[in-house]
Amino acid sequence: MREVCIIGVGMSKWGEIWKQSLRDMHTDAALKAIKASGVDHLDSMYVGCMSCGLFVGQEHLASLLTDYMGMCGLPATRVESACASGGMAVRQAFIEVASGISDIVMASGVEKMTDCSGDEATYALATAADQEYEVFHGATFPGLYAIMACAHMAKYGTTRAMLSAVSSKNHTNGAMNPVAQYPFKVTPAQVEKSVMIADPLRILDCSPITDGAAAVVVTTVDIAKKLGKPYVKIIGSGIGTDTIALAQRDDITTIKAATIASKMALKMAGKKITDIQFSEVHDCFTIAEIVVAESIGLYEPGKAGPAFLAGESALDGKFPINSSGGLKSKGHPVGATGVAQMVEVYKQLTGQAENGRQIPNSPKIGMAQNMGGSGGSSVVHIMEVA
Amino acid sequence: MTMFSSRNWREYPHRYRLEASKFKKSGKTYFPKRMVDPETGDTEQETVNLPDTGKIVTYTVIRIAPGQWGDQSPYGLAIAELTDGTRLMAQVTDCDVEKIKIGMEVRIEFRRVQSEGHHGVLSYGYKFVPKWY
Repeated sequence: MREVCIIGVGMSKWGEIWKQSLRDMHTDAALKAIKASGVDHLDSMYVGCMSCGLFVGQEHLASLLTDYMGMCGLPATRVESACASGGMAVRQAFIEVASGISDIVMASGVEKMTDCSGDEATYALATAADQEYEVFHGATFPGLYAIMACAHMAKYGTTRAMLSAVSSKNHTNGAMNPVAQYPFKVTPAQVEKSVMIADPLRILDCSPITDGAAAVVVTTVDIAKKLGKPYVKIIGSGIGTDTIALAQRDDITTIKAATIASKMALKMAGKKITDIQFSEVHDCFTIAEIVVAESIGLYEPGKAGPAFLAGESALDGKFPINSSGGLKSKGHPVGATGVAQMVEVYKQLTGQAENGRQIPNSPKIGMAQNMGGSGGSSVVHIMEVA
Repeated sequence: MTMFSSRNWREYPHRYRLEASKFKKSGKTYFPKRMVDPETGDTEQETVNLPDTGKIVTYTVIRIAPGQWGDQSPYGLAIAELTDGTRLMAQVTDCDVEKIKIGMEVRIEFRRVQSEGHHGVLSYGYKFVPKWY
Protein backbone atom coordinates (compact mmCIF):
# COMPACT_ATOMS: atom_id res chain seq x y z
CA MET A 1 0.00 0.00 0.00
CA ARG A 2 1.36 3.42 -0.96
CA GLU A 3 1.54 6.37 1.45
CA VAL A 4 -1.42 8.65 0.76
CA CYS A 5 -1.93 12.32 1.55
CA ILE A 6 -4.23 15.30 1.07
CA ILE A 7 -2.57 18.22 -0.68
CA GLY A 8 -5.25 20.75 -1.50
CA VAL A 9 -8.65 21.61 -0.09
CA GLY A 10 -11.55 23.82 -1.12
CA MET A 11 -15.01 24.76 0.06
CA SER A 12 -17.86 26.84 -1.26
CA LYS A 13 -19.61 29.26 1.13
CA TRP A 14 -22.16 27.27 3.13
CA GLY A 15 -25.69 28.37 3.92
CA GLU A 16 -28.89 29.08 2.06
CA ILE A 17 -27.15 29.94 -1.19
CA TRP A 18 -29.75 31.15 -3.67
CA LYS A 19 -27.22 32.31 -6.27
CA GLN A 20 -25.41 28.98 -6.69
CA SER A 21 -26.82 25.81 -8.24
CA LEU A 22 -25.68 22.33 -7.23
CA ARG A 23 -23.25 22.19 -10.16
CA ASP A 24 -21.92 25.72 -9.51
CA MET A 25 -21.15 25.19 -5.83
CA HIS A 26 -19.41 21.89 -6.58
CA THR A 27 -17.30 23.50 -9.32
CA ASP A 28 -16.44 26.35 -6.93
CA ALA A 29 -15.10 23.96 -4.24
CA ALA A 30 -13.38 21.61 -6.71
CA LEU A 31 -11.48 24.34 -8.56
CA LYS A 32 -10.32 25.89 -5.25
CA ALA A 33 -8.95 22.48 -4.16
CA ILE A 34 -7.19 21.88 -7.48
CA LYS A 35 -5.63 25.36 -7.41
CA ALA A 36 -4.45 24.95 -3.82
CA SER A 37 -2.90 21.55 -4.57
CA GLY A 38 -0.90 22.66 -7.59
CA VAL A 39 -1.79 19.53 -9.61
CA ASP A 40 -2.13 19.92 -13.38
CA HIS A 41 -4.67 17.09 -13.84
CA LEU A 42 -6.81 14.53 -12.02
CA ASP A 43 -6.90 10.79 -12.71
CA SER A 44 -10.42 10.31 -11.30
CA MET A 45 -13.04 11.69 -8.96
CA TYR A 46 -15.44 10.40 -6.30
CA VAL A 47 -18.32 12.68 -5.31
CA GLY A 48 -20.29 12.09 -2.12
CA CYS A 49 -23.93 13.09 -2.31
CA MET A 50 -26.81 11.69 -0.32
CA SER A 51 -29.90 12.56 -2.30
CA CYS A 52 -29.54 14.95 -5.26
CA GLY A 53 -32.41 12.98 -6.82
CA LEU A 54 -34.85 14.02 -4.10
CA PHE A 55 -33.41 17.46 -3.31
CA VAL A 56 -33.10 18.77 -6.88
CA GLY A 57 -34.37 15.92 -9.08
CA GLN A 58 -30.90 15.31 -10.52
CA GLU A 59 -29.14 11.94 -10.60
CA HIS A 60 -26.14 10.86 -12.72
CA LEU A 61 -24.18 13.41 -10.76
CA ALA A 62 -20.52 12.53 -11.36
CA SER A 63 -20.73 12.95 -15.15
CA LEU A 64 -22.54 16.28 -14.82
CA LEU A 65 -20.07 17.66 -12.30
CA THR A 66 -16.87 16.61 -14.11
CA ASP A 67 -18.27 18.21 -17.29
CA TYR A 68 -18.90 21.53 -15.51
CA MET A 69 -15.41 21.40 -13.96
CA GLY A 70 -14.06 21.40 -17.53
CA MET A 71 -12.99 17.77 -17.23
CA CYS A 72 -15.52 15.94 -19.40
CA GLY A 73 -14.40 12.34 -19.81
CA LEU A 74 -12.74 12.06 -16.37
CA PRO A 75 -13.43 8.69 -14.66
CA ALA A 76 -15.90 9.63 -11.93
CA THR A 77 -18.66 8.13 -9.83
CA ARG A 78 -21.00 9.14 -7.03
CA VAL A 79 -20.77 7.52 -3.59
CA GLU A 80 -23.79 7.29 -1.27
CA SER A 81 -24.04 6.36 2.39
CA ALA A 82 -26.61 8.90 3.60
CA CYS A 83 -24.93 11.64 5.69
CA ALA A 84 -21.63 9.69 5.54
CA SER A 85 -21.46 9.95 1.73
CA GLY A 86 -18.65 12.52 1.84
CA GLY A 87 -16.40 10.49 4.13
CA MET A 88 -17.03 7.43 2.00
CA ALA A 89 -15.96 9.37 -1.13
CA VAL A 90 -12.69 10.24 0.65
CA ARG A 91 -12.21 6.57 1.54
CA GLN A 92 -12.72 5.50 -2.09
CA ALA A 93 -10.15 8.07 -3.23
CA PHE A 94 -7.77 6.89 -0.50
CA ILE A 95 -8.13 3.24 -1.61
CA GLU A 96 -7.64 4.12 -5.28
CA VAL A 97 -4.42 6.04 -4.60
CA ALA A 98 -3.10 3.60 -1.98
CA SER A 99 -3.61 0.67 -4.36
CA GLY A 100 -1.71 2.30 -7.20
CA ILE A 101 -4.66 2.35 -9.59
CA SER A 102 -4.53 6.18 -9.75
CA ASP A 103 -2.04 8.83 -8.63
CA ILE A 104 -4.21 11.93 -8.21
CA VAL A 105 -7.87 11.59 -7.20
CA MET A 106 -10.40 14.19 -6.12
CA ALA A 107 -12.81 13.39 -3.30
CA SER A 108 -15.65 15.86 -3.14
CA GLY A 109 -19.07 16.21 -1.60
CA VAL A 110 -22.08 18.35 -2.38
CA GLU A 111 -25.70 18.81 -1.34
CA LYS A 112 -28.19 21.42 -2.51
CA MET A 113 -30.95 21.27 0.09
CA THR A 114 -32.84 24.55 -0.18
CA ASP A 115 -34.19 24.23 -3.73
CA CYS A 116 -37.15 22.35 -2.24
CA SER A 117 -39.61 22.97 0.59
CA GLY A 118 -38.81 22.17 4.21
CA ASP A 119 -41.23 19.24 4.09
CA GLU A 120 -39.55 17.83 0.99
CA ALA A 121 -36.11 18.22 2.54
CA THR A 122 -37.29 16.48 5.72
CA TYR A 123 -38.70 13.66 3.60
CA ALA A 124 -35.43 13.32 1.66
CA LEU A 125 -33.39 13.18 4.89
CA ALA A 126 -35.73 10.60 6.39
CA THR A 127 -34.86 8.17 3.58
CA ALA A 128 -31.71 7.47 5.63
CA ALA A 129 -33.96 5.79 8.22
CA ASP A 130 -36.00 2.59 7.81
CA GLN A 131 -38.90 3.68 5.59
CA GLU A 132 -41.25 0.84 6.51
CA TYR A 133 -40.57 0.50 10.24
CA GLU A 134 -39.56 4.00 11.37
CA VAL A 135 -40.60 6.70 8.89
CA PHE A 136 -43.95 4.94 8.27
CA HIS A 137 -44.77 5.53 11.94
CA GLY A 138 -43.95 9.23 11.85
CA ALA A 139 -40.26 9.13 12.82
CA THR A 140 -38.20 12.20 11.87
CA PHE A 141 -34.43 12.53 12.23
CA PRO A 142 -34.63 14.79 15.28
CA GLY A 143 -37.10 12.19 16.61
CA LEU A 144 -34.67 9.29 16.17
CA TYR A 145 -31.81 11.12 17.91
CA ALA A 146 -34.24 12.26 20.60
CA ILE A 147 -35.07 8.61 21.25
CA MET A 148 -31.33 7.91 21.62
CA ALA A 149 -30.98 10.95 23.91
CA CYS A 150 -33.85 9.77 26.10
CA ALA A 151 -32.20 6.35 26.50
CA HIS A 152 -28.75 7.90 27.15
CA MET A 153 -30.15 10.27 29.79
CA ALA A 154 -31.97 7.42 31.54
CA LYS A 155 -28.95 5.10 31.53
CA TYR A 156 -26.12 7.55 32.31
CA GLY A 157 -27.78 10.64 33.76
CA THR A 158 -26.82 12.83 30.80
CA THR A 159 -28.37 16.26 31.30
CA ARG A 160 -29.88 19.15 29.40
CA ALA A 161 -26.87 21.29 30.36
CA MET A 162 -24.48 18.80 28.71
CA LEU A 163 -26.40 18.97 25.43
CA SER A 164 -26.45 22.78 25.60
CA ALA A 165 -22.68 22.85 26.20
CA VAL A 166 -22.11 21.00 22.91
CA SER A 167 -24.22 23.46 20.90
CA SER A 168 -22.71 26.52 22.56
CA LYS A 169 -19.11 25.31 22.11
CA ASN A 170 -19.65 24.50 18.43
CA HIS A 171 -21.18 27.92 17.77
CA THR A 172 -18.21 29.57 19.52
CA ASN A 173 -15.87 27.77 17.09
CA GLY A 174 -18.10 28.25 14.05
CA ALA A 175 -18.22 32.01 14.67
CA MET A 176 -14.57 32.00 13.53
CA ASN A 177 -15.16 29.92 10.39
CA PRO A 178 -15.56 32.08 7.25
CA VAL A 179 -17.63 29.47 5.39
CA ALA A 180 -20.01 28.64 8.27
CA GLN A 181 -23.77 28.97 7.77
CA TYR A 182 -24.41 30.29 11.30
CA PRO A 183 -21.18 32.02 12.36
CA PHE A 184 -22.41 33.46 15.64
CA LYS A 185 -22.23 32.58 19.32
CA VAL A 186 -25.09 30.87 21.12
CA THR A 187 -25.37 30.68 24.91
CA PRO A 188 -26.61 27.59 26.77
CA ALA A 189 -29.55 29.73 27.96
CA GLN A 190 -30.50 30.45 24.33
CA VAL A 191 -30.38 26.73 23.52
CA GLU A 192 -32.65 26.00 26.47
CA LYS A 193 -35.18 28.63 25.43
CA SER A 194 -35.31 27.56 21.77
CA VAL A 195 -38.35 25.75 20.38
CA MET A 196 -38.79 22.05 21.20
CA ILE A 197 -38.61 19.80 18.13
CA ALA A 198 -38.63 16.29 19.65
CA ASP A 199 -38.17 15.96 23.42
CA PRO A 200 -35.51 16.55 24.68
CA LEU A 201 -34.02 18.07 21.51
CA ARG A 202 -34.65 21.73 20.74
CA ILE A 203 -33.98 23.57 17.48
CA LEU A 204 -30.54 24.72 18.76
CA ASP A 205 -29.63 21.05 19.37
CA CYS A 206 -30.15 20.33 15.64
CA SER A 207 -27.86 20.88 12.67
CA PRO A 208 -29.49 22.95 9.93
CA ILE A 209 -30.47 22.36 6.30
CA THR A 210 -27.60 23.69 4.20
CA ASP A 211 -26.36 24.18 0.65
CA GLY A 212 -22.65 23.54 0.24
CA ALA A 213 -19.74 21.71 -1.32
CA ALA A 214 -16.24 20.66 -0.26
CA ALA A 215 -13.34 19.02 -2.08
CA VAL A 216 -9.90 17.56 -1.33
CA VAL A 217 -7.14 16.38 -3.66
CA VAL A 218 -5.75 12.98 -2.66
CA THR A 219 -2.36 11.83 -3.94
CA THR A 220 0.81 9.97 -2.96
CA VAL A 221 3.40 11.41 -0.60
CA ASP A 222 6.00 11.16 -3.41
CA ILE A 223 3.92 13.34 -5.74
CA ALA A 224 3.07 15.75 -2.91
CA LYS A 225 6.77 16.33 -2.19
CA LYS A 226 7.33 17.33 -5.84
CA LEU A 227 4.34 19.69 -5.82
CA GLY A 228 5.80 21.58 -2.88
CA LYS A 229 2.48 22.53 -1.24
CA PRO A 230 1.46 21.80 2.37
CA TYR A 231 0.15 18.25 2.73
CA VAL A 232 -0.98 15.88 5.50
CA LYS A 233 -0.82 12.09 5.45
CA ILE A 234 -3.92 9.92 5.73
CA ILE A 235 -2.58 7.17 7.98
CA GLY A 236 -5.83 5.35 8.79
CA SER A 237 -9.20 4.76 7.17
CA GLY A 238 -12.04 2.73 8.66
CA ILE A 239 -15.67 2.02 7.95
CA GLY A 240 -18.47 0.29 9.82
CA THR A 241 -22.16 -0.43 9.44
CA ASP A 242 -25.07 -1.27 11.74
CA THR A 243 -28.81 -1.84 11.43
CA ILE A 244 -30.48 1.33 10.19
CA ALA A 245 -33.55 0.72 12.38
CA LEU A 246 -32.88 1.76 15.99
CA ALA A 247 -35.28 -0.82 17.47
CA GLN A 248 -33.12 -3.65 16.12
CA ARG A 249 -29.98 -2.61 17.98
CA ASP A 250 -29.00 -4.29 21.24
CA ASP A 251 -27.95 -0.94 22.74
CA ILE A 252 -29.04 2.42 21.36
CA THR A 253 -26.90 4.43 23.78
CA THR A 254 -23.85 3.67 21.65
CA ILE A 255 -23.12 3.76 17.90
CA LYS A 256 -21.56 0.47 16.90
CA ALA A 257 -20.74 1.57 13.34
CA ALA A 258 -18.53 4.37 14.76
CA THR A 259 -16.80 1.92 17.13
CA ILE A 260 -16.02 -0.45 14.24
CA ALA A 261 -14.82 2.37 11.95
CA SER A 262 -12.65 3.95 14.64
CA LYS A 263 -10.98 0.63 15.60
CA MET A 264 -10.27 -0.14 11.95
CA ALA A 265 -8.75 3.29 11.29
CA LEU A 266 -6.63 3.19 14.48
CA LYS A 267 -5.36 -0.31 13.64
CA MET A 268 -4.32 0.77 10.15
CA ALA A 269 -2.60 3.84 11.58
CA GLY A 270 -0.88 1.82 14.31
CA LYS A 271 -2.18 4.31 16.89
CA LYS A 272 -4.22 4.28 20.07
CA ILE A 273 -7.17 6.62 20.61
CA THR A 274 -5.02 8.45 23.20
CA ASP A 275 -2.54 9.33 20.42
CA ILE A 276 -5.21 11.39 18.65
CA GLN A 277 -5.08 15.09 19.64
CA PHE A 278 -8.32 16.52 18.22
CA SER A 279 -11.28 15.46 16.13
CA GLU A 280 -14.12 16.52 13.92
CA VAL A 281 -17.13 14.40 14.87
CA HIS A 282 -20.57 14.09 13.32
CA ASP A 283 -22.70 16.35 15.58
CA CYS A 284 -25.89 16.25 13.51
CA PHE A 285 -27.58 16.64 16.93
CA THR A 286 -25.91 17.60 20.21
CA ILE A 287 -26.51 14.12 21.66
CA ALA A 288 -24.62 12.63 18.69
CA GLU A 289 -21.38 14.39 19.71
CA ILE A 290 -21.65 12.85 23.18
CA VAL A 291 -22.55 9.34 21.98
CA VAL A 292 -19.87 9.32 19.27
CA ALA A 293 -17.12 10.53 21.63
CA GLU A 294 -17.94 7.48 23.78
CA SER A 295 -18.38 5.09 20.85
CA ILE A 296 -14.94 5.85 19.35
CA GLY A 297 -13.33 5.26 22.74
CA LEU A 298 -12.44 8.83 23.71
CA TYR A 299 -14.52 8.53 26.86
CA GLU A 300 -16.07 5.70 28.87
CA PRO A 301 -19.84 5.38 28.35
CA GLY A 302 -21.61 8.18 30.21
CA LYS A 303 -18.40 10.20 30.78
CA ALA A 304 -18.37 12.42 27.66
CA GLY A 305 -21.25 14.69 28.71
CA PRO A 306 -19.70 15.72 32.06
CA ALA A 307 -16.31 16.23 30.36
CA PHE A 308 -17.86 18.50 27.72
CA LEU A 309 -19.67 20.47 30.40
CA ALA A 310 -16.29 21.00 32.05
CA GLY A 311 -14.87 22.43 28.79
CA GLU A 312 -12.61 19.52 27.74
CA SER A 313 -13.78 19.70 24.10
CA ALA A 314 -13.23 23.47 23.71
CA LEU A 315 -10.57 24.83 21.35
CA ASP A 316 -8.14 25.21 24.26
CA GLY A 317 -9.39 22.12 26.10
CA LYS A 318 -7.80 18.71 26.65
CA PHE A 319 -9.27 17.27 23.46
CA PRO A 320 -10.74 19.87 21.05
CA ILE A 321 -13.79 18.63 19.12
CA ASN A 322 -15.30 20.32 16.07
CA SER A 323 -12.97 23.30 15.82
CA SER A 324 -14.77 24.04 12.53
CA GLY A 325 -18.03 24.72 14.35
CA GLY A 326 -19.24 21.23 13.54
CA LEU A 327 -22.43 20.44 11.71
CA LYS A 328 -24.30 22.60 14.21
CA SER A 329 -22.74 25.95 13.32
CA LYS A 330 -20.89 25.32 10.05
CA GLY A 331 -23.98 23.68 8.52
CA HIS A 332 -24.76 20.19 7.25
CA PRO A 333 -25.08 19.81 3.48
CA VAL A 334 -25.24 16.06 4.08
CA GLY A 335 -23.09 14.75 1.22
CA ALA A 336 -20.44 17.46 1.71
CA THR A 337 -20.07 17.15 5.49
CA GLY A 338 -17.59 14.24 5.55
CA VAL A 339 -15.29 15.99 3.07
CA ALA A 340 -15.48 19.28 4.97
CA GLN A 341 -14.35 17.44 8.12
CA MET A 342 -11.18 16.42 6.22
CA VAL A 343 -10.75 20.05 5.13
CA GLU A 344 -10.82 21.19 8.77
CA VAL A 345 -8.36 18.54 9.98
CA TYR A 346 -6.05 19.45 7.06
CA LYS A 347 -6.22 23.15 8.00
CA GLN A 348 -5.53 22.48 11.66
CA LEU A 349 -2.55 20.21 10.91
CA THR A 350 -1.05 22.68 8.43
CA GLY A 351 -1.68 25.72 10.67
CA GLN A 352 -4.12 27.31 8.22
CA ALA A 353 -7.28 27.53 10.37
CA GLU A 354 -8.68 31.05 9.98
CA ASN A 355 -9.73 33.82 12.38
CA GLY A 356 -8.22 32.51 15.60
CA ARG A 357 -9.71 29.02 15.61
CA GLN A 358 -6.30 27.36 15.24
CA ILE A 359 -5.90 24.71 17.96
CA PRO A 360 -3.00 25.74 20.28
CA ASN A 361 0.41 24.01 20.33
CA SER A 362 0.38 22.76 16.72
CA PRO A 363 -1.35 19.37 16.95
CA LYS A 364 0.23 16.53 14.97
CA ILE A 365 -2.57 13.94 14.65
CA GLY A 366 -6.28 14.48 14.06
CA MET A 367 -9.36 12.41 13.35
CA ALA A 368 -12.53 12.88 11.31
CA GLN A 369 -15.64 10.82 12.10
CA ASN A 370 -18.56 10.97 9.67
CA MET A 371 -21.85 9.11 10.15
CA GLY A 372 -24.89 8.10 8.13
CA GLY A 373 -28.49 8.23 9.35
CA SER A 374 -28.96 7.38 13.01
CA GLY A 375 -25.62 5.54 12.96
CA GLY A 376 -26.31 2.88 10.32
CA SER A 377 -22.92 3.71 8.81
CA SER A 378 -19.77 5.52 9.87
CA VAL A 379 -16.40 6.32 8.35
CA VAL A 380 -13.30 7.46 10.24
CA HIS A 381 -10.02 8.90 8.93
CA ILE A 382 -6.83 9.66 10.84
CA MET A 383 -4.43 12.27 9.53
CA GLU A 384 -0.89 13.14 10.57
CA VAL A 385 1.41 16.02 9.74
CA ALA A 386 3.96 15.16 7.05
CA MET B 1 -44.15 11.11 -4.03
CA THR B 2 -47.00 8.65 -4.50
CA MET B 3 -46.14 5.07 -3.75
CA PHE B 4 -48.06 2.15 -5.10
CA SER B 5 -50.47 0.23 -2.96
CA SER B 6 -48.54 -3.01 -3.58
CA ARG B 7 -45.78 -1.63 -1.36
CA ASN B 8 -48.26 -1.14 1.45
CA TRP B 9 -49.93 -4.53 0.79
CA ARG B 10 -46.61 -6.39 1.03
CA GLU B 11 -46.27 -5.25 4.63
CA TYR B 12 -49.72 -6.50 5.71
CA PRO B 13 -48.35 -9.66 7.40
CA HIS B 14 -46.25 -7.44 9.69
CA ARG B 15 -48.58 -4.50 10.13
CA TYR B 16 -51.85 -6.40 10.44
CA ARG B 17 -50.79 -9.65 12.07
CA LEU B 18 -47.40 -8.87 13.68
CA GLU B 19 -45.78 -11.79 11.87
CA ALA B 20 -42.13 -12.37 12.73
CA SER B 21 -39.35 -14.85 11.91
CA LYS B 22 -38.33 -17.35 14.58
CA PHE B 23 -35.09 -19.08 13.60
CA LYS B 24 -34.53 -22.76 14.36
CA LYS B 25 -30.88 -22.70 15.51
CA SER B 26 -30.87 -19.62 17.73
CA GLY B 27 -34.54 -19.65 18.73
CA LYS B 28 -34.48 -15.86 18.26
CA THR B 29 -37.38 -13.86 16.89
CA TYR B 30 -36.95 -10.95 14.46
CA PHE B 31 -39.52 -8.38 13.44
CA PRO B 32 -40.15 -7.71 10.58
CA LYS B 33 -39.55 -11.08 8.96
CA ARG B 34 -36.17 -11.59 7.32
CA MET B 35 -34.57 -14.42 5.33
CA VAL B 36 -31.34 -14.83 7.30
CA ASP B 37 -30.68 -14.93 11.07
CA PRO B 38 -28.24 -12.04 11.63
CA GLU B 39 -26.46 -13.96 14.40
CA THR B 40 -26.09 -17.46 12.97
CA GLY B 41 -26.72 -17.13 9.23
CA ASP B 42 -29.46 -19.73 9.64
CA THR B 43 -32.26 -19.67 7.05
CA GLU B 44 -34.52 -22.29 8.64
CA GLN B 45 -37.37 -20.51 10.35
CA GLU B 46 -41.01 -20.54 11.26
CA THR B 47 -43.47 -17.64 11.21
CA VAL B 48 -44.73 -16.59 14.63
CA ASN B 49 -47.03 -13.81 15.80
CA LEU B 50 -45.57 -11.32 18.27
CA PRO B 51 -47.17 -10.91 21.68
CA ASP B 52 -49.27 -7.73 21.95
CA THR B 53 -48.00 -6.35 25.23
CA GLY B 54 -44.71 -4.86 26.37
CA LYS B 55 -42.95 -1.92 28.01
CA ILE B 56 -41.59 1.37 26.64
CA VAL B 57 -37.77 1.32 26.70
CA THR B 58 -37.23 4.81 25.25
CA TYR B 59 -39.37 7.48 23.61
CA THR B 60 -39.73 11.03 22.35
CA VAL B 61 -42.59 13.43 21.80
CA ILE B 62 -42.46 14.83 18.28
CA ARG B 63 -43.58 18.47 18.42
CA ILE B 64 -42.59 19.61 14.93
CA ALA B 65 -43.34 17.19 12.11
CA PRO B 66 -43.46 17.43 8.31
CA GLY B 67 -46.40 17.00 5.94
CA GLN B 68 -49.37 15.03 7.17
CA TRP B 69 -47.67 14.30 10.50
CA GLY B 70 -48.02 18.00 11.29
CA ASP B 71 -51.74 17.47 11.86
CA GLN B 72 -51.01 14.74 14.42
CA SER B 73 -48.30 16.51 16.43
CA PRO B 74 -47.51 16.46 19.22
CA TYR B 75 -47.36 12.68 19.18
CA GLY B 76 -45.40 10.10 21.15
CA LEU B 77 -42.96 7.83 19.33
CA ALA B 78 -41.42 4.97 21.27
CA ILE B 79 -39.45 1.75 21.14
CA ALA B 80 -41.19 -0.93 23.20
CA GLU B 81 -39.83 -4.29 24.27
CA LEU B 82 -42.53 -6.94 24.02
CA THR B 83 -42.92 -9.81 26.47
CA ASP B 84 -40.87 -12.11 24.19
CA GLY B 85 -37.96 -9.61 24.09
CA THR B 86 -38.62 -8.33 20.56
CA ARG B 87 -38.39 -4.57 20.09
CA LEU B 88 -40.28 -2.36 17.67
CA MET B 89 -41.01 1.31 17.07
CA ALA B 90 -44.47 2.83 16.89
CA GLN B 91 -46.51 5.83 17.95
CA VAL B 92 -47.90 6.02 21.46
CA THR B 93 -51.55 6.98 21.24
CA ASP B 94 -54.71 7.46 23.30
CA CYS B 95 -52.84 9.23 26.08
CA ASP B 96 -51.54 12.61 27.20
CA VAL B 97 -48.06 12.84 25.62
CA GLU B 98 -46.72 14.47 28.78
CA LYS B 99 -47.44 11.26 30.70
CA ILE B 100 -45.39 8.91 28.51
CA LYS B 101 -42.44 7.47 30.39
CA ILE B 102 -39.83 4.71 30.28
CA GLY B 103 -41.15 1.48 31.76
CA MET B 104 -44.77 2.29 30.94
CA GLU B 105 -46.76 -0.84 30.05
CA VAL B 106 -48.34 -0.77 26.62
CA ARG B 107 -50.44 -3.03 24.43
CA ILE B 108 -50.41 -3.05 20.65
CA GLU B 109 -53.57 -1.97 18.90
CA PHE B 110 -54.54 -1.92 15.23
CA ARG B 111 -54.91 1.67 14.05
CA ARG B 112 -54.82 3.90 11.00
CA VAL B 113 -51.22 5.12 10.78
CA GLN B 114 -51.26 7.27 7.65
CA SER B 115 -53.95 8.66 5.42
CA GLU B 116 -52.94 9.17 1.81
CA GLY B 117 -49.44 10.56 2.27
CA HIS B 118 -46.60 8.93 0.48
CA HIS B 119 -48.50 5.69 0.02
CA GLY B 120 -51.49 7.26 -1.72
CA VAL B 121 -53.78 4.89 0.20
CA LEU B 122 -55.02 4.54 3.72
CA SER B 123 -52.30 2.71 5.63
CA TYR B 124 -53.14 0.76 8.76
CA GLY B 125 -50.80 -0.78 11.27
CA TYR B 126 -49.94 -0.94 14.94
CA LYS B 127 -49.66 1.69 17.65
CA PHE B 128 -48.86 1.47 21.35
CA VAL B 129 -51.62 2.26 23.84
CA PRO B 130 -50.75 2.60 27.54
CA LYS B 131 -52.14 -0.49 29.22
CA TRP B 132 -53.89 0.97 32.25
CA TYR B 133 -54.42 4.48 31.00
